[in-house]
Amino acid sequence: MQFDRRETVPLGLAVLAPIAAIAIALLLCTPLISWTGMPAFTAYGIMFTGALGSPFAWSETLSRATPLMFTGLGVAVAFRARFWNIGAEGQFYLGAIAATLLGTGLLNLPAIILLPLIFMAGFLFGGTLLLLPAILKTRIQVDEVVTTLLLNFIVLLVVSYLVEGPLKDPAALGWPQALPVPPEATLPKLGGRAHWGLMIAIASAILIWILNARAVLGYQMKAIGANIQAALFAGIPINWVLLLTALLSGGLAGMGGVSEVSGLKGYLSLDLSPGFGYTGIVVAMLAQLHPIGVLISAIFIAAIYVGADAMSRAANLPSYLADVIVSTSLLCMLVSILLTRYRVRWRS
Amino acid sequence: MNSINLLLGVEFWVATIRIATPLMFGTLGELLCERAGVLNLGIEGIMTMGAFVGWAAVYQGADLWIGVLLAAIAGMVFGLLHSLFTVYLGLSQHVSGIGITLLAANLAYFFYRVLLPQVNTPPKITPFQPFAIPLLSQIPFLGKAVFTQTPLTYAAFILVAIAAYLLYRTPIGLAIRMVGENPSAAEAQGINIYSIRTLAVVIGSAFMAIAGAFLTLSAFDSFFVNLINGRGWICIALVIFASWQPFKALLGALLFAGFDALQLRLQQKIGAAIPYQLFLMLPYIFSIIALSVMARRAGYPKALMVPFRKGER
Repeated sequence: MQFDRRETVPLGLAVLAPIAAIAIALLLCTPLISWTGMPAFTAYGIMFTGALGSPFAWSETLSRATPLMFTGLGVAVAFRARFWNIGAEGQFYLGAIAATLLGTGLLNLPAIILLPLIFMAGFLFGGTLLLLPAILKTRIQVDEVVTTLLLNFIVLLVVSYLVEGPLKDPAALGWPQALPVPPEATLPKLGGRAHWGLMIAIASAILIWILNARAVLGYQMKAIGANIQAALFAGIPINWVLLLTALLSGGLAGMGGVSEVSGLKGYLSLDLSPGFGYTGIVVAMLAQLHPIGVLISAIFIAAIYVGADAMSRAANLPSYLADVIVSTSLLCMLVSILLTRYRVRWRS
Repeated sequence: MNSINLLLGVEFWVATIRIATPLMFGTLGELLCERAGVLNLGIEGIMTMGAFVGWAAVYQGADLWIGVLLAAIAGMVFGLLHSLFTVYLGLSQHVSGIGITLLAANLAYFFYRVLLPQVNTPPKITPFQPFAIPLLSQIPFLGKAVFTQTPLTYAAFILVAIAAYLLYRTPIGLAIRMVGENPSAAEAQGINIYSIRTLAVVIGSAFMAIAGAFLTLSAFDSFFVNLINGRGWICIALVIFASWQPFKALLGALLFAGFDALQLRLQQKIGAAIPYQLFLMLPYIFSIIALSVMARRAGYPKALMVPFRKGER
């Protein structure tokens, strides 16, 4: 088997790749559904209507997609520069911490000032967390994969401490959750459970798109990802660009944490994220790291989660099924990307 | 004074070696993959899968050793999948590994819930019992600390020695090190890069799965969600800490485990004065510090994370 690199990837193929990946993942997961005796076709029907079949379903899917857009954008920004940020989970929680610290009584400001302020704080908290692995990588060549992964566990323990200790809500009947954010720090709803965090995610994606396509920094990040030796030779300040990449990547994930606390949950707790940081990797890869693609693939993935929830209730299947489908689509997407970039020729 | 007493107690050393066992298996497995040039971030998920398969087999009435064997086979399946993606298709080792981890862990949780839909307290099994080796366990202090462990712990120590011998003293070990350092040169010697890398990843993944199985079949007696809790990632840090050498990996695992055992005991002694989360954080912080200290000196296998494509320079 031989791979010949394509000069350009046709747009149709690039759009088809993630759709094919998800379809194949769904196909591969049918044996798990048939296990319970429900015909797979019926099950996928329930999944589809559960996720996209009604205005209520759409609001569920969009509210589920919002945090995934933020973490997906964060991962995409970092991966484009080949900076392997696997720590979006931790950065997401740090953003949520920022929202709780500033949003629950420390600042007494009207919503129009307070909301932008806590988003900025969330960005800085998340970005600063990722700066540590970035500095370790650029200064002393410590692999960022391991450090970002380990920081996730440290941050979760910090959250655990905060919600059981200093930030604990005394009105929560002993349940470990932080003080709720007041109305001034709450994002307005869009309808159902969907909220303005979605709009902020879309705006962020457009900004990143412009940055990638038009700004020098966006070009430098891409150059480092494509060929670090060539980037060095071209005089790109690699360490500096990587630090900025880290700040941006972690910051985006951090804004996701703010959005989730201010828009949906209303308070910080240990189950704020069911792995949004890790799912963000799948979202970014399905989008082939394109910011606008991230928006679409986040909705796709959210639809799988919301739909699978409906399906597992109907078929009495564990809800981990959704995670299995999503992780299978990541692996399928890797193969899809390969097939869009290369022509496969069987050895004659 | 108190902490010195802690270190002198034989229970502390028994615990250290027990905590080190899964790390030894996991680190050795990752080391083998990386020596052949393949980073295996699937470790966390493969450990979860191994822990589940081993436990589930024994829960269904299988023998403990059959449980270990089945866990190893499950690990090999995921290792094969990872090598299909990274060795044969040359895909990103980072993303493929994360994908394997997500898939393996979630499949394990899925089947766990299929098996036990509504159980909150996980059912227990009868785990491996400590086995005192005759004569050797009679040695004062050392005998009790080292030779009254469960069988898998002895297997881990033996495995370290076997792995070191294989890597440095046999043609197959030389081939594994060559494909991790300079695959083109290895190919010129007539070595099949793809086969050797696949072999290393599959065997390494089996070790990772046994590491997980140790946790359910020896250390605890049940399976639960988030059982592995980052141990796989710590193994990856330990491989770098050990500069890809089996005996240093053993040392690193013991050092780390000693630190963890000490942390657990201090937590009980000091109690509520310091939040317990701080103690739980220490192993992760320790890993990051250890990585940073060793990073400069780390001698990475030269072809680590570089996919090999025939005929490409």
